Amino acid sequence: MRLSGARALIKSLENEKVEVIFGIPGGAILPVYDALYDSSIRHILVRHEQCAAHAADGYARASGRIGVCMATSGPGATNLVTGIATAYMDSSPIVAITGQVARNMIGRDAFQEADIIGITTPITKYTFQLQSPEEVPRIVRQAFHIASEGRPGPVLIDFPVDVQRQEAEITLDPGMGSLERYKAVVDPHPLQVKRAAELLLDAEKPVILAGGGVILADASEELRSLAEYMMMPVAVTLMGKGAFPENHPLFLGRIGMHGSAAANKLITEADVILAVGTRFSDRSVGRLEEFGKESKIIHVDIDAAEIGKNVKPDIPIVADAKRALKAILEAVKALSRKLDRSAWIERIKQVKREIDGRISSGGGSRLSPKNVIKEIRRLLPANGIVTTGVGRNQMWAAIYFEAYHPRTFITSGGLGTMGFGFPASLGAKVAKPESVVVDIDGDGSFLMTERELATSIIAEIPVIVVIMNDGWLGMVKYWQDLFYGRKYCATCLKRGCPDFVKLAEAYGANAARPQSLEEFSKAFKEAMNSDRTTVIDVWISPDEPVLPFAPPGKPLTETIVDLREVRK
Amino acid sequence: MEVRRPKQPLNVISFIVENKPGVLFRVTWLIRRRNFNIESISVGPTENPNHSRMTITLYGDEAVVEQVIKQLRKLIDVVKVSRLDPENTVIREMALVKVHVPDQETRADLDYYVRAFRGRIVDIAPNAAIVEVTGSPHKIDAFIELMRSFGIKELARTGATALQRSAKE
Repeated sequence: MRLSGARALIKSLENEKVEVIFGIPGGAILPVYDALYDSSIRHILVRHEQCAAHAADGYARASGRIGVCMATSGPGATNLVTGIATAYMDSSPIVAITGQVARNMIGRDAFQEADIIGITTPITKYTFQLQSPEEVPRIVRQAFHIASEGRPGPVLIDFPVDVQRQEAEITLDPGMGSLERYKAVVDPHPLQVKRAAELLLDAEKPVILAGGGVILADASEELRSLAEYMMMPVAVTLMGKGAFPENHPLFLGRIGMHGSAAANKLITEADVILAVGTRFSDRSVGRLEEFGKESKIIHVDIDAAEIGKNVKPDIPIVADAKRALKAILEAVKALSRKLDRSAWIERIKQVKREIDGRISSGGGSRLSPKNVIKEIRRLLPANGIVTTGVGRNQMWAAIYFEAYHPRTFITSGGLGTMGFGFPASLGAKVAKPESVVVDIDGDGSFLMTERELATSIIAEIPVIVVIMNDGWLGMVKYWQDLFYGRKYCATCLKRGCPDFVKLAEAYGANAARPQSLEEFSKAFKEAMNSDRTTVIDVWISPDEPVLPFAPPGKPLTETIVDLREVRK
Repeated sequence: MEVRRPKQPLNVISFIVENKPGVLFRVTWLIRRRNFNIESISVGPTENPNHSRMTITLYGDEAVVEQVIKQLRKLIDVVKVSRLDPENTVIREMALVKVHVPDQETRADLDYYVRAFRGRIVDIAPNAAIVEVTGSPHKIDAFIELMRSFGIKELARTGATALQRSAKE
């Protein structure tokens, strides 16, 4: 078929069953946009390229499919960078397509030229620069394969504008070429599985630690089956939130800097930890040398390089989480041994009762983050999706919002990107139009990407934004409170902070500023029934603490539940 | 310049990569990103025109070497990674050393050392000579140490390249 490079790209994306692209056009990507005009693929025009990448990322996290974003050369491409880095840190599969100046101008510092390959190589799984229209279909196939194979992640395709225009005889189904060899090891080693099963059966106080990999591998069912069969409590990381139902009796809690104090304590008491799909980030496990010192660790991950990187396991299993969990369950069943976990389960109940009762939860205001977020959970259907900004809003959402299903809690865990929540919520809503999508945000985070209200109104993507508005960069202020003698350098946002109700209305969105929890519930219910985005501006106290708290550089055992413990 | 005599053994990692632009960048970026302190890196063609061979040498403990190998294996353009057993590997490096040779007597001395190391004098000027020497990195280290007495004007080393010996019957 005779096609231009640009048309070959669009046809190849159609072959990959791409249904939506988030992007902004510009000079060096115009031939592609011209071809897109005649395509069935929906294009959603965002107002800043960073949000195109976040929206593609949110789409991928909510659906498990690959998100696609597009931008022109130079500033368009560099604006994608934060979004790509965010996806990379959280292993989210997106494909970013950037325009590039014509090949004979590359390296001459042409207008809107940026070395986007050089810039994004460190934050992608792979980058391609197209050199001829003939190779377009094969490279698109390769890009989608790399993005989703093994540990997922972003891939960038840089597309010089002359190659976009150039016509050639093009085969649309060219296979994968030399990348046929790029296949992850998915099946666990049987011997390691057997060793793991024996260790788990011998354990007196085992804990499963589920990370984001369980969600990516779609392994929640397998996780639950194993946990229930073995009567093993399950802890999650921030990225693993949703991998295991938080209202399940075996749910131990989320570990981490702002994890459950009981979970942080109990995981250090475990004699065997089965860690699945987690990279033992410092925010999850505290001081690396201290974590798991007293425990035997079985580490399951599809990325061999994660095994032994931060924590050295006793039994390494390089495999897909779904297959590994299934294999371990089968191995355990085959050994058919009697288990008595009653002492351990009793100990867990006791610690939870003791510690969780001691957590101080801010002032008396009924419109507190805790009450608001618990109310959101109460009103939201089980398949409702929450995205978050970054900061206190994110940690409160993680602490107080119980997730029952995978892919219903979407947050920037690794990079911690403020401004992620709102554009990600738009992507999630596009992926799951039948779900109510709520962005629990902060005033600081929301201000970084609020312009996408235009996108949500024009493209008719209704979401609910709940702003925990305290007029501060609240998490930073919190650290200044605790560790920097309350010298508030550059953290106050009150002056110049817009009236979020007026701001939302200026974009054509609904808005509310509830004064009580009852008013909040009413506004939230109306928002759930509206076909328009609603911004709910909740004024909260700047002095609300985020507890529990395992201070930076401290082991999880030093998690505090009362601020008086830090201040003394 | 001091000759390093680290306590840890020299590790040799040999790997085959796709022969295409940008691959060296990805490898060197990875080394920088993960803070791996390598001793040398060399790259060149192989018997297969689609592939190149890269050789990295580094001093480091097991955990570091293991991470280097695992991270290299993650690179899409890396086809195969092997850790070579130093006992069973031919490791070679070449050095060019430009030394100060003011007179006939010095040249005779130089000639003696060069022959002892099976090197060659490849360029002679009124006051200087360039010596080529090939061998294991340790041999090169030793040779360079000797050359210091002449006064080294310039020095170029290629970095090590290596192949595992074939299994004997």
